[in-house]
Amino acid sequence: MGEPVLLTYLHEPDQGELGAYSARGGYEGLRRALSMSPEAVTDEVDKSGLRGRGGAGFATGRKWKFIPKDPAVTKYVVVNADEGEPGTFKDRTLLEGDPHRLIEGIVIASYAVGAHLAFIYLRREFYHAREMLERALAQAAAAGMVGRNAAGSGFDLSIVLATGAGAYIAGEETALLESLEGRRAMPRLKPPYYPAVKGLYTQPTVVNNVETLCHVAWILAKGYEWYRQQGPPILISVSGHVARPGVYEVPLGTTIRQVIDRAGGMRGGRQFKACFPGGSSSAILPAAYLDTPMDYDALAKLDVYGSMLGSGALIAMDDTTCMVEVVARTVEFYRDESCGKCTPCREGTMWLGQALHRMLGGQGRVEDLPLLDGIARGMTGTCFCPLGESVPPAIYSTLRFFRHEYEHHAKTGTCDVRVMA
Amino acid sequence: MSERGLSENAKSEIRRLMAQFPQRQSALLGALFVAQNEVGFLTPDALADIAVVMGLPASEVTSVASFYHLLFFRPVGRHVVQVCTNLSCMLNGCGRILDHLRRQLGVEVGETTSDGAFTLKTAECLAACESAPAMLVGTERFGPLTPGMVDEVLSRYRRATRSMT
Ligand SMILES: Cc1cc2nc3c(=O)[nH]c(=O)nc-3n(C[C@H](O)[C@H](O)[C@H](O)COP(=O)(O)O)c2cc1C
Ligand code: SF4
Ligand code: FES
Repeated sequence: MGEPVLLTYLHEPDQGELGAYSARGGYEGLRRALSMSPEAVTDEVDKSGLRGRGGAGFATGRKWKFIPKDPAVTKYVVVNADEGEPGTFKDRTLLEGDPHRLIEGIVIASYAVGAHLAFIYLRREFYHAREMLERALAQAAAAGMVGRNAAGSGFDLSIVLATGAGAYIAGEETALLESLEGRRAMPRLKPPYYPAVKGLYTQPTVVNNVETLCHVAWILAKGYEWYRQQGPPILISVSGHVARPGVYEVPLGTTIRQVIDRAGGMRGGRQFKACFPGGSSSAILPAAYLDTPMDYDALAKLDVYGSMLGSGALIAMDDTTCMVEVVARTVEFYRDESCGKCTPCREGTMWLGQALHRMLGGQGRVEDLPLLDGIARGMTGTCFCPLGESVPPAIYSTLRFFRHEYEHHAKTGTCDVRVMA
Repeated sequence: MSERGLSENAKSEIRRLMAQFPQRQSALLGALFVAQNEVGFLTPDALADIAVVMGLPASEVTSVASFYHLLFFRPVGRHVVQVCTNLSCMLNGCGRILDHLRRQLGVEVGETTSDGAFTLKTAECLAACESAPAMLVGTERFGPLTPGMVDEVLSRYRRATRSMT
């Protein structure tokens, strides 16, 4: 197992201070990047194999290469710091513990694509992170790391911090851009509104996740070969019924079982029952899949619809967990956060919520099982954006692996999970 | 300044925000929080003032504000308590914490205590699942919560409120 990379200094109380950050090698990646050509910086990121950590897992170097090179075209870099996928808390942890790393990553990304203005779209509830980031931005500007002639390189970059106002859908990149333009956070039509083509103010825009840009800072500081040798590393947010919930850094491809072991195993000596491997938008996997590597392809290739690494949020559930209750809560979340633009998502989540609520209230019927499946099918591939498409995986996987729990609820009006555990 | 509209300070803060962006409407969410922080919630006068300062249609300002959970069109208490009820917190007993808060504050979710100190709300994942069950009180995050810890936090905020008045 490689040494920690992203989490190396997060336990240091002064890591948010420019002096301490620099003394620990901070801003070396930025200096190195600014001494290279923008194309060479992008190549370095490309060769590192880095894939976006916001959920979609798109190759970062490739994303940057879509941005037109013409210097007459205004481009922007936008940082997605709206972390809202249930079970995910690694971006907040990075923002609070290592804010200069993100700033370093932003300067490098902006230099690589030729942007002179970058925005951080920060989740409103991240008050402590905002304090840390504002302070770090002021220090970085005072030290000349951002602003005119960054680090004496001749490259100019301003960074503006903006906040959201409470909306999960604003984390979706095109909805985020709408929100950053001061409108309702409704997803845009792709095409034509791919951010790299028509992004913020209809200009070519790179949208990257906080963790992604922190990786970028490390890659440029240490070189892509070193970076790859470390795993490459990824952050997993582990929560639920584990003994030591928290953010863990593991080499890509570490199995679900190993990650749970790192988090102290299941709490109170209880049995593992199931998990979301990639936040609540992913499928729910039972114990038979514990040895699946946590990597993009291995999870996506499983024979379970909607299995994915996503944002790397592992929510572990023990044998006292009622899966119908878990799915009901998941559906309610998407119902309440649906932007309402398209019918399958708006109506589907409402109907699913009603059927599940009825079942949990002891009023379920056996016909509700095909009904749930049918509503999920009506949403599959029909929603305008991935939010609506995030609902069927939890329904399908639990109807498949925990069907008896639905049946028991439907037939008896009660839950037997805690009694049996 | 109209009775429940914005002060000159708030208006100049909004102008400062507008200057940060290539297009002024980008400052709208920030402006709405400037108004909410000053007036307590988004009054019709405050919304109208934002529209004038930013040169936007009043209907647009209201429509945008109504989309987001953290912008309020009705008065709220001095401290908004947001209890996370999403998955990791549910798995860690947020139901018990929410019940305890209901009892201690004597209000239902969405309501404000009669002394105007607290408004109780539920929240979606606060990205604090490592300390589930978690809540925010104002801008401060707490967790993993126990009923005893909830009591301590509430009495600290009650004391702070009293010494303010
Ligand atoms: C409903 C929804 C919510 C999302 N929320 C976030 C989020 O909070 N943070 C994030 O970085 N990406 C989020 N994403 C993914 C973004 O759309 C986008 O893929 C990502 O910001 C790109 O950055 P990356 O390539 O560095 O991962 C979300 C996507 C969807 C569909
Ligand atoms: S899928 Fe849901 S969130 Fe996405 S556009 Fe349709 S209604 Fe809005
Ligand atoms: S589920 Fe409560 S903080 Fe994440």
